[in-house]
Amino acid sequence: MIKLIGILIIIVGFILKLDTLAVVLIAGIVTGLVAGLPFPKIVEILGKAFVENRYMSIFIVSLPVIGILERYGLRERAAYVIGKIKAATVGKVTALYLVLRTLSAMFGLRLGGHVQFIRPLILPMAEGAAMNRYGEIKSEDHETIKGLEAAVENYGNFFGQNAFVAAGGVLLIVGVLKELNYTVEAIDIAKASIPIALIIMVVGSLQFFYYDRKFDQKYGIKTRPKKENRQNA
Amino acid sequence: MLKDALTEILYIMMGIVCFYSVYATLKEKSHPSKIPTALFWGLLGIIFTFSRIGLLWGNKNIYIPDIYTGYMVIILTLLSAFRLVKIGKFDESTSEFKQQMSQKIGNLIFVPALALGIVAFIVAQIWTKQLGSLVAFWISTVVAAILALVITKGKVKEMADDGRRLLEVVGPVSILPQLLAALGAIFTAAGVGDVIASGIKTVIPQGNILLGVIAYCVGMALFTMIMGNAFAAFAVITAGIGIPFVIAQGGNPVIVAALGMTAGYCGTLMTPMAANFNIVPTAILEMEDKKYGVIKYQVPVAIAMLIIHIVLMYVWAF
Repeated sequence: MIKLIGILIIIVGFILKLDTLAVVLIAGIVTGLVAGLPFPKIVEILGKAFVENRYMSIFIVSLPVIGILERYGLRERAAYVIGKIKAATVGKVTALYLVLRTLSAMFGLRLGGHVQFIRPLILPMAEGAAMNRYGEIKSEDHETIKGLEAAVENYGNFFGQNAFVAAGGVLLIVGVLKELNYTVEAIDIAKASIPIALIIMVVGSLQFFYYDRKFDQKYGIKTRPKKENRQNA
Repeated sequence: MLKDALTEILYIMMGIVCFYSVYATLKEKSHPSKIPTALFWGLLGIIFTFSRIGLLWGNKNIYIPDIYTGYMVIILTLLSAFRLVKIGKFDESTSEFKQQMSQKIGNLIFVPALALGIVAFIVAQIWTKQLGSLVAFWISTVVAAILALVITKGKVKEMADDGRRLLEVVGPVSILPQLLAALGAIFTAAGVGDVIASGIKTVIPQGNILLGVIAYCVGMALFTMIMGNAFAAFAVITAGIGIPFVIAQGGNPVIVAALGMTAGYCGTLMTPMAANFNIVPTAILEMEDKKYGVIKYQVPVAIAMLIIHIVLMYVWAF
């Protein structure tokens, strides 16, 4: 039981809002020590895992590309394009992205990412749609839109990916079951993952449309003056 | 061999982004925390670039021993914990300039952004076996970078500065996913998973299919929340609960295992331990709530999905 002290440290650290990195490091070192691992061994495990998981930070490579595109107005353009579509709402933009993101994950396409898609494209589109429909919105609602756009990337990515036969999760399932003496085929695991991929498109969209209704009630739908409409047509 | 070497190029590129931050930080005249900030990005760049540098030319004996990397990670954490890593000054373009350029360049600006995903997909389709998706990722980044420079007519220096700007906006939290993976490794070495699996085992009654399904799905979600990673949870919980309490009672192994994994993903949506999905994005999107800004919107969907998993497994696998 004493080995669970690391989990306790994490929970307490998060509740007290201490520095996350420090809390995680201390939890790791303490867990290792109570399990009887010598300190240098713990540091070595720490270093090894850090190196082996460098791939988790690959988003860093795309930062310069996204950065320069932002400098030259990528986000403004994304908002402008969506602004021309009168029927666009936060919910519709986000739900459409959910469907595309889930489908692309199902086919093993890496068309997504918080750095590559959400920040430069999808978030400005959703905010553009909101401004278009409601005029200015309160800062707490900007935060809500950010939260939803961060979430949609995860929904599509997580629940779509295992429908792809070469996905990491599928291969892991096959490997683990094999060790436990159950032989299954990757293609069957992928097929069994399809229903959940379809379900998340529905469940996620319900959430996004719920916020559409909430925003509609809060702000009312602004109809643009006719003159402006004609300019954009 | 070739694949390892080409993968190493990705990590070298990540290191270069960090090293540019070091250079720009040191060059800045009145940086609020010059040396510690440069030290942070410098050490991180060294770990990215040199920890397995020998693989680049196929000599795996040339590397930084993991124990030194471990000590460097501890220094990185301390620099962050004492708030010594600060954001520098950037010459970001004005919003008038952005508006003006976005009209001038038009929809062409989308080409490099989409190329990031599409080129990676094409390369991965053709050479997945030989190269792997990480190599496809950096190839697509290089293509997108060239396209971006051509289409915007921007300068390489601007690109480097913008990379630094975004890197520092994300800040030290960018190492959190890797640090949590390291925590998971220590948990595994210490046997934390076995303690939890045996704990859950003692509370589930044998012979009840529905309770077994609930225990497996909820166990996957909970243990994923603790580990921050469904992959780490899957082996432990499937061996400890999935096999004896679900599959051994007649559940179809394919359906049970497939749903078990995605039940774990429901946990991923609810935990700050899955930092690359839930915490780093709060920095990338510059949100105010840096801990639960994303998670609080995901929790209702995650719980709904978890219930759907339980129902689906109970109905479909038996």
